[in-house]
Amino acid sequence: MKTFPKGGVHPPESKLTAGCPTEVLPLPKSVVIPVSQHIGAPANVIVSKGESVRTGQAIAEGKGFVSAFIHSSVSGKVSKIDTIIDTTGYRQTAVFIDVEGDEWIESIDRSEEIVTGISLSQEEIVKKCSASGIVGMGGATFPSHVKLTVPAGKKCDVLIINGVECEPYLTSDHRLMLERGEEVLIGTTILMKALNVTRALVGIESNKKDAIEHMTRLASAFQGITVCPLKVKYPQGAEKQLIRALIKREVPSGKLPLDVNSVVHNVGTAFAVYEAVQKNKPLFERIVTVTGKSLARPGNYLVRTGTPVSRLIEAAGGLPEDTGKILSGGPMMGKALANTEVPVVKGTSGIVVLPKSDSSRSKAGPCIRCARCVSVCPIGLEPYLLMTLSEKGLFEKAEQERITDCMECGSCSFECPASRPLLDYIRLGKSTVIRMARERVTKK
Amino acid sequence: MSNLLNVSPSPHVYGKETTRKLMLGVIIALVPALFASVFYFGYGAIIVTAVSVLSCVAFEYLIQRFVFRRQITINDFSAVVTGLLLAFNVPSNLPVFIIIIGAFVSIAIAKMTFGGLGNNPFNPALVGRVFMLISFPVQMTSWPVPKGFATGYLDAVTGATPLAIVKEGLKNGEPIQQLLAQIPTPARMFLGNMGGSMGEVAAAALILGGIYLLWKKIITWHVPVSVIGSIVIFTSILWLVNPEKNMDPVFHLLAGGVLLGAIFMATDYVTSPMNPRAMIIYGCGIGILTVIIRVWGAYPEGVSFAILIMNAFVPLMNAYIKPKRFGEVVKNG
Repeated sequence: MKTFPKGGVHPPESKLTAGCPTEVLPLPKSVVIPVSQHIGAPANVIVSKGESVRTGQAIAEGKGFVSAFIHSSVSGKVSKIDTIIDTTGYRQTAVFIDVEGDEWIESIDRSEEIVTGISLSQEEIVKKCSASGIVGMGGATFPSHVKLTVPAGKKCDVLIINGVECEPYLTSDHRLMLERGEEVLIGTTILMKALNVTRALVGIESNKKDAIEHMTRLASAFQGITVCPLKVKYPQGAEKQLIRALIKREVPSGKLPLDVNSVVHNVGTAFAVYEAVQKNKPLFERIVTVTGKSLARPGNYLVRTGTPVSRLIEAAGGLPEDTGKILSGGPMMGKALANTEVPVVKGTSGIVVLPKSDSSRSKAGPCIRCARCVSVCPIGLEPYLLMTLSEKGLFEKAEQERITDCMECGSCSFECPASRPLLDYIRLGKSTVIRMARERVTKK
Repeated sequence: MSNLLNVSPSPHVYGKETTRKLMLGVIIALVPALFASVFYFGYGAIIVTAVSVLSCVAFEYLIQRFVFRRQITINDFSAVVTGLLLAFNVPSNLPVFIIIIGAFVSIAIAKMTFGGLGNNPFNPALVGRVFMLISFPVQMTSWPVPKGFATGYLDAVTGATPLAIVKEGLKNGEPIQQLLAQIPTPARMFLGNMGGSMGEVAAAALILGGIYLLWKKIITWHVPVSVIGSIVIFTSILWLVNPEKNMDPVFHLLAGGVLLGAIFMATDYVTSPMNPRAMIIYGCGIGILTVIIRVWGAYPEGVSFAILIMNAFVPLMNAYIKPKRFGEVVKNG
């Protein structure tokens, strides 16, 4: 079975909700929809206070090329436009909507029927993705239409669909493949058409046997799509690692998948593209895994964007007494939430509730130079050295040691027997180096 | 919410390995060799091990308590490992006061002066051993003949090690056939029934410990394989070129401290390099230096010196030998 050769770790999988069919979460009383749910420029709000909106209506438009449209996930009245603290901890503008029923805009095809024939042209598909606010659903939330626009001089010969879901606990992509596999594959075909490629590989880790079987069976009816089982190893879902695992190409430092003639999209994105192109439905809901060993009813929920996280936790049986940490995303790369009133956004793949016993770190000891951090780093960096350089403020040296190549997967901190805060210091060093590089550019 | 949430950054889950567990793993891996040395050398082995371990731990405790005045970390068991390895590197009839001096040099000078665990450039047990070897050459080179519990302690009957027999013999121009008759058979050497440092004799027990270390992923194969491999290759060449003057590679592997050194001493985390490429160069360096000292040097055995010399190169190797970075390969699709 294929995998990436360098580094990686095996955190306990804890996929508690793999067998839980997706349930539709009832609409909340009000939603808070941030204008920046993607990488790139925040969208411009195009509704005003007091205005009535319908489900699927655009409420903010993408500003520039690398940006994304934002749509209302409910019907109701805009109660205010204000700033909030989002899941990432930053303050940003958001549209507050009081929910009044669930009236969808007419253009959306709400039938259950699966539309197989693709009528839109290459250009129209890209436009549709842009207008529907499609972003990378794996968590990075990069606007999809940008990834579908191959710049002049570059060429793409293979599309990779990411169904790896290597983060522990999370099962939203797993459920999506089991429940909406055919739509995912139609979405894949649409993406292939947009990129003008004839070959697509769907990478799924072998801990999802049922999804591999199901998708392989379905894929036999689709031209050019192959399902590839992968050996379980974190961080296989990282773009560069997945490309290496599937087609043995290594994306060089600072380059993009397109530099090795490939493009990667998440299964969730493929599904969103299907809905946008075939059903005219913009992106305003997604599957969110709500999980944790202490939760009464962990599960997978179909959630409208803007729904407060507290509603999801309620649906899963309420916040347990001993909760020590609530994560947006998986336990390896997710962000710890300071409160549960933050809204679900396009990139929210899961909410993980950790008990107090699992939420504090052990006291850091001295580095025993066991070299485990070096051996698990999937990029081939030396975390112990980067930490020391950052700690001592030797940022020029850290830059030479390619600190900016770090993707913050957390394998080093996970593995360290002395519980040293490796990634914390590397983050500090990385952001300082990036700032220094920016200052150099502006000085010139 | 009355409940305050922890908001530390990712990752939010951690592996189960701890410094203490790794050190315990090394101790477990040393147990077969400890049993073997008690089996061959009796009470002496028990006394030497106990004195060495207790004094190493005691020196670490006293220094942390009264000199550093910081947290006491003897429960990470690193001093126990040093104590065991120090004991394994000396003869079983070594007087108590010499062991205590050796333990002091290992812990106080080789480890704590540099800041304690993780900061020492040289392997503490080996610094202690070499200090004793130079300061007490007579006591450090009188090797009890293994007779189990009949061996005794300070009153043990002593004899030469196979390496010393060969070194002496070749120097006196004795033919190799005559020397081969004086040394134990390879099978006996594999089981450890010969004179030598108390922990180095039983190859079988050391290999068992090595398999455990590899299985538990406490060490990687790079250092032991490159040490052993380079010794086998180097001594094979010498042996094939002139079998009248040089011993065969099997002898070189089983006699002396090659296995103890390759599996337990050279793999010491703190004093070995930080990436596989450098580990292989480091291991080959140890192997080549060991053979050079054994064949052309003044001492019959060279593993300790070889490891200490290569320890000195580790910072240099860490600075200039980098792991293979992702995306460096020439891509051809």
